[in-house]
Amino acid sequence: MNSYAPILVLGGLAAGFAIFSVVSGMLTGPKRYNRAKLEAYECGIEPTPQPVGGGRFPVKYYLTAMLFIIFDIEIVFLYPWAVRFDSLGWFGLVEMVFFILTVFVAYGYVWRRGGLEWD
Amino acid sequence: MSVLTSLLAASPGDPTNPGGGLGGATSTVTNTFTAPHVEYRALMPMLVVFGAATVGILIEAFLPRTRRYWPQVGVSLAGVVVAFCFVVANHGMAETTAADAVSVDGVTLFLQGTILLLALLALLLVAERGTGLVDLDAFTAQGATTPGSGGERAADAAGLRTTEVFPLMLFSVGGMLLFPAANDLLTSFVALEVLSLPLYLLCGLARRRRLLSQEAAMKYFLLGAFSSAFFLYGVALLYGYAGSVRLSDIATAITSSPHSDVLVLAGVALLAVGLLFKVGAVPFHAWTPDVYQGAPTPITAFMAAATKVAAFGALLRITYVALPGLRWDWRPVLWGVAILTMLVGAILAITQRDIKRMLAYSAILNAGYILLGVISTTSKGVSSTLFYLAAYGFATIGAFAVVTLVRESVRGGSDSGDGGEEDSVTVGGEATDLSAWAGLGRRSPLLAACFTVFMLAFAGIPLTSGFTGKFALFTAAIDGGAWPLVIVGVIASAAAAFFYVRVIVLMYFSEPLREQGAGPIVVVPSPMTTVALTVTVALTIALGVLPQMALDLADKAAYFVQ
Amino acid sequence: MESLIWLVPGLPLFGAAILLLGGKRTNAWGHLLGCLAALGSFALAAGLFFTMLGKHGAARSMHQHLYSWVPVPGTGQHPFQADVAFQLDQLSVVFILLITGVGSLIHIYSIGYMSHDPERRKFFSYLNLFLAAMLILVLADNYLLLYVGWEGVGLASYLLIGFWQAKPSAAAAAKKAFVVNRVGDVGLSIAIMLMFVTFGSFNFGTVFGTAGGASKGTLTAIGIMLLLAACGKSAQFPLQSWLGDAMEGPTPVSALIHAATMVTAGVYLIVRSHAIFDLSPTARLLVTIVGAITLLFGAIVGCAKDDIKKSLAGSTMSQIGYMILAAGLGPIGYAFAIMHLVTHGFFKAGLFLGAGSVMHGMDDEVNMRHYGGLRKYMPITFGTFFLGYLAIIGCPPFSGFYSKDKIIEAAFSKGGTSGWILGGAALLGALITAFYMTRMVIMTFFGEKRWVPDAEGHEPHPHESPLSMGLPMLLLAVGSVAAGFLFSMNSAFVNWLEPVTGPRAEGKLPGGLNSTTLSIITLAAVAVGVAIAVVKYGTGKVPAVAPRGSFITVAARKDLYGDAFNEAALMRPGQYLTRTLVYTDNRGVDGAINGLAALVGGTSGRLRRLQTGFVRSYALSMFGGAAALVAAILFAKL
Repeated sequence: MNSYAPILVLGGLAAGFAIFSVVSGMLTGPKRYNRAKLEAYECGIEPTPQPVGGGRFPVKYYLTAMLFIIFDIEIVFLYPWAVRFDSLGWFGLVEMVFFILTVFVAYGYVWRRGGLEWD
Repeated sequence: MSVLTSLLAASPGDPTNPGGGLGGATSTVTNTFTAPHVEYRALMPMLVVFGAATVGILIEAFLPRTRRYWPQVGVSLAGVVVAFCFVVANHGMAETTAADAVSVDGVTLFLQGTILLLALLALLLVAERGTGLVDLDAFTAQGATTPGSGGERAADAAGLRTTEVFPLMLFSVGGMLLFPAANDLLTSFVALEVLSLPLYLLCGLARRRRLLSQEAAMKYFLLGAFSSAFFLYGVALLYGYAGSVRLSDIATAITSSPHSDVLVLAGVALLAVGLLFKVGAVPFHAWTPDVYQGAPTPITAFMAAATKVAAFGALLRITYVALPGLRWDWRPVLWGVAILTMLVGAILAITQRDIKRMLAYSAILNAGYILLGVISTTSKGVSSTLFYLAAYGFATIGAFAVVTLVRESVRGGSDSGDGGEEDSVTVGGEATDLSAWAGLGRRSPLLAACFTVFMLAFAGIPLTSGFTGKFALFTAAIDGGAWPLVIVGVIASAAAAFFYVRVIVLMYFSEPLREQGAGPIVVVPSPMTTVALTVTVALTIALGVLPQMALDLADKAAYFVQ
Repeated sequence: MESLIWLVPGLPLFGAAILLLGGKRTNAWGHLLGCLAALGSFALAAGLFFTMLGKHGAARSMHQHLYSWVPVPGTGQHPFQADVAFQLDQLSVVFILLITGVGSLIHIYSIGYMSHDPERRKFFSYLNLFLAAMLILVLADNYLLLYVGWEGVGLASYLLIGFWQAKPSAAAAAKKAFVVNRVGDVGLSIAIMLMFVTFGSFNFGTVFGTAGGASKGTLTAIGIMLLLAACGKSAQFPLQSWLGDAMEGPTPVSALIHAATMVTAGVYLIVRSHAIFDLSPTARLLVTIVGAITLLFGAIVGCAKDDIKKSLAGSTMSQIGYMILAAGLGPIGYAFAIMHLVTHGFFKAGLFLGAGSVMHGMDDEVNMRHYGGLRKYMPITFGTFFLGYLAIIGCPPFSGFYSKDKIIEAAFSKGGTSGWILGGAALLGALITAFYMTRMVIMTFFGEKRWVPDAEGHEPHPHESPLSMGLPMLLLAVGSVAAGFLFSMNSAFVNWLEPVTGPRAEGKLPGGLNSTTLSIITLAAVAVGVAIAVVKYGTGKVPAVAPRGSFITVAARKDLYGDAFNEAALMRPGQYLTRTLVYTDNRGVDGAINGLAALVGGTSGRLRRLQTGFVRSYALSMFGGAAALVAAILFAKL
């Protein structure tokens, strides 16, 4: 149990700080609202205007996100292979080529089915 | 694929690195790492299926829309058949491979063979497109269109087909092949997700009643993800306890570790949640009726039969290989689950009015029976579970195949809205309401006879596979000392016989429903469904009349490697 | 050859399956396939017989193990082993030859007989099923498989008797046959259960081998239950009532039921189980009593019936009574029971086919009072029928003489008072048989025409039947003439069966009789019977409407009040019992059951409400379940 104590302490401190910040801000801060203040984020691009009750979110965002994940995963596996390249030898190389090919099949599917066209 | 699992398995599964999971693991691993040895022959069934799935994706990507169907059917059937041949060729194998991530032994091979046969039959149902006179495609023309929208009508009118179902099926089959073979918990988890994700998608692709189908897919996905989280949490706790995710290491840790049992017991319970969710045991069954009802019927058949086989395979391996030392702890809990499952399945099935929902509750009930085999913790229990899974799987696919053929008739034009003559009668969606099945025996005696065979098998009437299977399971359970469970099982069977026989009575002794002259109609399928139906009927009867060969096979297959 | 045993029942079974599953597509050639299946089975049976002839002693018994159905090793007291295995020994080979031989002839005959029936194909599939079931019955090497065949015979007879189910009388007759048989079946199933409990096996070899170790009471109980079973299938007193009504089926069916299959099953069962009966004199005595009563009962009924088929049915009952009597006599009688069974198979099949031929020519008229003088119009039918007649009354050297004479002799040689009584009954039976058979022949073929026009005023035009019907009758007539003589040469038949039924005990005739004098006495009795009939029917006019007759005649016309007895002794009390039970059931049991059902239904309805369709509540239930699971497993540990 001892070894977990610092983590618990850290967690407690973090929670305490978060609560302290929010509560103290509420109590002490001035309350002058304008439109920008009511946005979810006060910087960056304007969020897409949404109708009442949610509405439909363009699927393109998801496609992009998933495309990113395809290559992200690839990197995740490529990195340990690169580190252990010597001990894995030819076996590793061949397997990795197969792996990358497989990922490219997914890429090819997305490309052919129009996933890369924004409009 | 194999390097994927080996990389996943290599670092945490390293026995020289106990408890070194968190901070300074990297340095220790560096010194002991060796390339894993991969026995490709043992992995061939899975590699072939995944390979076929990949080819399927390429077909989707590079062939024009109208020319995809036959190549897809060919590739998927060939993939499954070749994989089955490899399973047969591997008979008698007993080894672990890919850094002990996968173990290929009797249980694995028997279940893989069963899954592949079930997948083959299910593929035939999935590939059903009708005979040219009637369109029996179970899948939506274009999944991305909103139900009821103009886009949907346009896609229907253009005759689009969702041929992605074939690679999706194959990916799911691949996951199912890996699930009972997984020798460490991480591989188990990966297999679980690989088999589940395509199923979530497939559930939402029904052609008719699309909103229901999409709702089912959504429910299945959310609850499935929820249960996966439990499973993963359980894996984490077990890793924390044993310092390894490999099943045999966990077994050793349980017998030798001085640590408190709380961690391992909580881990086992959470792991069980994930597995019991997949097999549809109470109280994790709530998704079953909704999803079975909403999903396209061929997919329901596949899910009900093959998923159950895979999930019970994993449950068997985890309980028999990793947890024999905790027998006295998990058995009482599974007792409770089995009793609840049998009772809830039987009781709720009685009031169902929809044939697919009734079969869903029947699936829950059968999960309860199969748990008896798991609980008995004897090799007899294993072999009877194996046999029952096969017997149940074939009957289930057959029963759902019959469901696909009883259709509603729609007056005045097809429901796709492309017009038609005013008083013509066209084939609609499946007539799943029980009242529509009244008098089926008179209109279509052969089909009714087939369904009768499956119902009798589910009810456990002698000379059907259900009787042999239940007999073996109950005997094994009694040998394992679980006779109270057997009593509950027999009571549940009696209650279940009521609703199985009720369908038979309805088919043969009730007047057919004739509302405005447009009652349900029985469609003539292409040879695909006919073959699937014939094979399942033949197997259901053969496993009841001549069960000896299959029983021997299951007996011989009832061994694990560590 | 040994490995082909399974095909003997297999061929007709496949035939039935093809015809039933093929449906209307097989209408055109269905009857031919049915005949081929039967003939193929006969050819195989003959081949097996000759194979057997080529061997000697114990090697003659052949065995084929097909597979074991759900063996359960080591649970409970005895391992449960249900084999599907066939045993072909000297006894079963006789049966399969008879069944397939006579069966094939009846198949061929039916082509002509049923040629106008739109459902002929279905008829042939049922016939094939009948043969297959009967063959399984006699080939089984254990009681469980025998039971399968036994039930199959019951099913096939139900389907065939009720073949013209549009006729209410046929449907009722089929139901009656089925229900009465069921009583016997219960006996057989109880006997099988007793055997399993006592010997731990269903296998003939094991049961008979260890029968000596069982207690006398158990053996007697098994024997009585087997007798009950035999009474059902073989239409013996008190379960005889279905046989007469079974004439509602098409005539080939009657021939098949009476000659080759079904009614012989009971005799087979008793002779096959002789090891049990040998050890229980009580059971054996009961068998002889049942046989003696039935042989007189049937004969008396046969005298009074005007319906040619019903009269023959009474005759069958009586002849089977002879066989049962012989089987009950023990080692001195087993072989003769079977021998009479075979000769009876020939002449009774011939008589039935002859009767069918007469009916065919007389526009389905069955009343003998409306026949008369037919011998000129149907010479072949008359000739073959007459040969069968000579055989059944036991006129030397026709086949019935050899077998029946031996049974009478065996009955007398049982010894003691019971020997005198049984022998006397058998002798009296022979006299009555001669009487009613002579009556039948005279009324049908001799005298003047008493034909009546049908409802539309058409006179019947009796004519000889087609060749497909005539040929089987001729072949059967050959059997009626020659079989008995061939079997008796050097006691060939008795010696043949000896390995199965055990060495034949030589009985001693009492009171200074010897077999020659007894034969003469028997023949004298037969002559008296014939003479009475000739005087009564051959010389005077036969009235077209039956005279009232004495009270015995009236009783016999009503099957000696068999149905009335059943009604009074079984049906009425049964109805009272069921009414009482229904009352108790409604008040007591149903209350409980309905309460339970309501409880289950209510629970179901309430549980259904948990199935809300909302993912959130499902997830909550899962979470609750997971928490409960964790709590349970931890709690169990503490």
